[in-house]
Amino acid sequence: MQRDKAALEYQGKTQLDRAFELASRHVDEVFVSVRPDQFLDPARAQRPMIVDSVLGSGPIVGIRSALAAHPRTAWLVLACDLPFLSDAAIKVLLRHRDTSRFATAYRSAHDGLPEPLCAIWEPSAARALEEYQAAGGHCPRKFLIRHGAHLLDLADSRALDNVNTPEEYAQALATLDNLSPMQLKIQYYALMREQAGRSEETLETSAATPADLYAELAARYGFTLAREQLKVAVNSEFSDWSRKLAANDAVVFIPPVAGG
Amino acid sequence: MNFRFTQTAIDTENARRELQDLGAGGYASFEGWVRDHNEGQEVTGLEYEAFQELAVKEGGRIVAEALRRFPVKHALCIHRVGSLGLGEMAVWVGVSSAHRGEAFDACRFIIDEVKHRLPIWKKEHYRNGDSGWVNCERCAAEPQHSHAEHLHRAAATPREPV
Repeated sequence: MQRDKAALEYQGKTQLDRAFELASRHVDEVFVSVRPDQFLDPARAQRPMIVDSVLGSGPIVGIRSALAAHPRTAWLVLACDLPFLSDAAIKVLLRHRDTSRFATAYRSAHDGLPEPLCAIWEPSAARALEEYQAAGGHCPRKFLIRHGAHLLDLADSRALDNVNTPEEYAQALATLDNLSPMQLKIQYYALMREQAGRSEETLETSAATPADLYAELAARYGFTLAREQLKVAVNSEFSDWSRKLAANDAVVFIPPVAGG
Repeated sequence: MNFRFTQTAIDTENARRELQDLGAGGYASFEGWVRDHNEGQEVTGLEYEAFQELAVKEGGRIVAEALRRFPVKHALCIHRVGSLGLGEMAVWVGVSSAHRGEAFDACRFIIDEVKHRLPIWKKEHYRNGDSGWVNCERCAAEPQHSHAEHLHRAAATPREPV
C-alpha cells in the first residue's frame, strides 16, 4: 500500500486517532512514535511524540526510544495499522501483564508467533534490546521469541489483523461497519449474577460473538467460570459461541445447571 | 403447558388430575425433595433460580420428547423456584399410561433430562453459615482449562501498567 497506514480513515477517523484514543482509555499518557523526518507531519504533530533517538530502522527503534525517554516506565506499544483492536483485547493484555518478563504480548492467531506491536514492553527489556540490536538483530518479534515473552491467546482471532493492501482496507471498512458498537441486553443468573453484581444490563459493545462478549465481561467482572464451563443463550434460545450478534440481542450466559 | 414453574408449594393433587385419562391404567410420579445434606455438608435450605423463558421452552421440549419416545398418555413437570426449606418439594413429574412400565420409564427420562438441560440453579445454605451454587463453586475452584486459570489470575491480581 503506497499510503501512510496511520492516515487511513475508518468510521470518519484516522487510524492514528483511533489508536491514540484507544490507548488513552487504558494508560495515563500516550505518545506517537515518529522518525525524525515525521516530526513535522501534520497528522502526527498535534500529538505528544517520541522521536527516534537511537540508530537503526523499524519499530524496534521506536520501542527502544520510548524506553530510553522514560526508562522506568513500561510501555503499551500499539501499531497504527490494527483497525480491529478493541478495548477488550487491551484490557486482557493489561490484566495478564507479567512484569517478570521483557514483554507481555498476544500470540498471532495466524502463525502462533508473538505480536510485538500490541504488547506491554517492560523497562527491563531496554538493555536486552540494545544488545540484540548491537548484535545485528532488528526484528522485535524474533527478540520476543528468543527471550520468551509472556504470551496470551486472543479471544477474537481478528483483533490484530492488519491492513496492507487496498483490498484489505476495503474489506476492513466493510467489516468495521458491521462491528460498530451496538446495544446488547445481558441477563445474569445465579453465580454470575452475584459476580457481576447485577441481574441485567444494557451494554454498548463491539463484541462480534458471544465468545467475544464473554471475554469482555469476564475481564470486567472477574468471572471465575471458564467459557468452556458455560452455555450461552441468545434471544431465549441456546446458541453457538460463534454466532454473529445483532443489535438488541438478549444474551444470557448459562453456568453449570443444577435443577431437580 | 407440559412444563411450568411455581413460586409456591407444588399442588400435586391438581397436577395429577391433569393426567387423568380413561385409557390410562396407571400413573407414576417422581417428587424431588430438599435434603438435609449434600457432599458432606449439612444443608439448612435451598434457593432455586431459573432462566424461566428458556427453561419453559426447553422443559416443554423434554416432555414432548418423552411423549414421542414412550407410548404414554400424558406427562407433566412442575419445578419450584425461590426459597425452599428442608423436606419441601422442588420438582414434580407425573406420567399416565396404559401400562406401568412406560410410565416409570418416561418419568425417569423426564427428571434426568430436566436435571441436565434446564437453566435452573440451586444455592445451598449450610449449617456453618456458608452457601454455594451447586456445580459452580467447586468447578470454578479447580479449573480444567488454561483459559480458566487466566480468568482466575485476572480476578486475583488486576495490575495496570503505570
